[in-house]
Amino acid sequence: MKNLWQKLVDKYGYPKVFITILLIILLIIAIIQKQSVYGLLKDSLVRIGMNSVLVLAMVPSIVSGTGLNFALSIGIICGLIAGCITIEMNIVGLKGFLTAVLISIPLSVMAGYLYSILLNKVKGDEMTVGTYMGFSVVSLMCIGWLLLPFRNPEMVWAIGGRGLRTTITLANKYDKVLDRLITLPNVDLPIGTFLFFAVCCFFIWLFLRSKTGIAMMAAGSNPRFAQASGINVDKYRTIGTILSMVLGGIGILVYAQSYGFFQLYTGPLMMPFAAISAILIGGATARKASISNVIAGVILFQSLLTISLPVINRMMPEGNLSEVVRIIVSNGVILYALTRVGGNE
Amino acid sequence: MNEMKAMFSKKTLIKLVRSNMVPMLFFVICLGGVVASKLSFLYIVNEIVNRLDRNLFLVLSLIIPVVAGMGLNFALVIGAMAGQIGLIAIKVWNIGGISGLFLAMLISVPFALVFGYATGILLNKTKGKEMITSLILGFFAMGLYQLVFLLFIGTIIPIKNPEIVLPGGVGLKNAIDLSLIQYALDNLLSVNIMGIKIPLASFILIGLLCLFTEFILKTKIGQDFRAVGQDMHVAEVAGIDVDRTRLVAITISTLLAAWGQIIFLQNIGTLQTYSSHEQVGMFAVAAILVGGASVTKATISNAIIGTILFHTLFIVSPNAGKNLFGDPQIGEFFRSFVAYGVIALSLALHAIQKNFDTNIKAESAELK
Repeated sequence: MKNLWQKLVDKYGYPKVFITILLIILLIIAIIQKQSVYGLLKDSLVRIGMNSVLVLAMVPSIVSGTGLNFALSIGIICGLIAGCITIEMNIVGLKGFLTAVLISIPLSVMAGYLYSILLNKVKGDEMTVGTYMGFSVVSLMCIGWLLLPFRNPEMVWAIGGRGLRTTITLANKYDKVLDRLITLPNVDLPIGTFLFFAVCCFFIWLFLRSKTGIAMMAAGSNPRFAQASGINVDKYRTIGTILSMVLGGIGILVYAQSYGFFQLYTGPLMMPFAAISAILIGGATARKASISNVIAGVILFQSLLTISLPVINRMMPEGNLSEVVRIIVSNGVILYALTRVGGNE
Repeated sequence: MNEMKAMFSKKTLIKLVRSNMVPMLFFVICLGGVVASKLSFLYIVNEIVNRLDRNLFLVLSLIIPVVAGMGLNFALVIGAMAGQIGLIAIKVWNIGGISGLFLAMLISVPFALVFGYATGILLNKTKGKEMITSLILGFFAMGLYQLVFLLFIGTIIPIKNPEIVLPGGVGLKNAIDLSLIQYALDNLLSVNIMGIKIPLASFILIGLLCLFTEFILKTKIGQDFRAVGQDMHVAEVAGIDVDRTRLVAITISTLLAAWGQIIFLQNIGTLQTYSSHEQVGMFAVAAILVGGASVTKATISNAIIGTILFHTLFIVSPNAGKNLFGDPQIGEFFRSFVAYGVIALSLALHAIQKNFDTNIKAESAELK
């Protein structure tokens, strides 16, 4: 028994094993409470699709050696700006969504490039600097959302007619266009979103096997050796950061079409943390990540959040205990990952 | 001779400007804000004195970990929680006034020591990543704190007082009235000079903390802090127990933060049970950085100047935003941008400097 436990932990790492056990316990409680397990699993799948691309955005940044992208909020903001532009231009439906994705890419590339210049100068401290760069960009954009010249009355405050609203509804725009892209009779699952996620994963998988991708992984896993063998480490770190930001921008659009709203102002502030927790639960570290980590992580973390909410609320109607579980789990796994990285030396 | 003297003074002037770039920049921004806000001078000065009284103790508690090379202690939040535990205890026992205040401080001591020690152990495992760890640790601790005060109160911890417990009997209310100790310290000895109310007792306590910080940095342990802060390896070789020294530094900081939070809340008068501590670390760090401190260097004067400048910005920015852009929200967003921005900037500058130094070291090693 002890042997088996040790084997499990060695193979999958503590976070994955613990979260899986927690999830199984919650599911058993849910069955005892006579909750609709089908409903819970369906909600979980919706949440998994919603967050999938955002978690995928961590992969390029980790494998290129810049660590967990705590400044993903910068990419998220690029996606949100692109989304607002399409609403301003009144492009709706799948066309609107795809236009938003297309507009977000150049914005994210630009932002990612500028951010990578900073990252290449702060090697070893990317996470600390990144966290606060993300925070400051989000708070600067709070002023931006107030001042940007958007005019569409559905987006700006009704009173005063200036400044975007804190939440912008996507109903009649592209609410659930991906989720409901492919519908099967009697099955209400976000198949389109999963398909989109699969396409994104495939491209990243392909990229990591291309010449550029392999050089990028080499630069990330052992910068000094890579530099000595003639690989321009800074260039590949730049590519990794840009790619991460682009996926962040696309990720928030996927998130928003499923959620039904754009959350502006301080909405993106803590979003990178959720994506980081998910990929860490999936077995990634600050130095190593793969697409299977993304898939496992987003499934475990999002099902945990979805299932814990009704189960814990039934057990403890007072207070907001499921939120507490979220805070403890998500920050706990990040702390665990930080102790694994060890010192700078 | 004269020429040399002129050159010398010019050099020192340039040096003075360069080393005080950040506070000077913020002085200019504050000055602009004060003019744009159109607030009366007396009001602003009164507010500054009030906010110094509230915040300076917390800001000062950041100095020792910086000296010990652990960077800016974002886990100040955890100390603040210890302080709030003390306050909740005196509220339960209904002990008010100055004796209640000191009792709260006393009760917070064991909690702060344990929390500080635990923080230190974790930070010793993540050397070189102390700041991101302490930040995430702060978030993590907020989760545990909510767990204890939402779930354990009324179930495991028998507190029944309906004034602070939620109607269901489990969990503390969102806001707890602290009027039984409000201004207990501030009004103990307060003078009024030309319409400016000065809470002398609080400032005496803050002064004592300044003296204590100065004193401890001169003792043996203070020398150890500095040695560890300069180079952990050299300190290790010189026979200093690096891990223990770092533990002591972070524990002192946590304890001071607990007391700082108590002083802060006796001035505010209401405990927001689940949010009073949230921003403590960030605002204190931003304040000391505005005062010219860096990740590796922080002094008492940095703390004082920084608190004055940072909070002047807080006082004037809503009005300035309204007068300049017709929207007070812009001023409020601007000040949170300043808080985050100044932290980001100074962390980045520190990292760039560190990278630059290691590159030079590597190059000179290659040349050899």
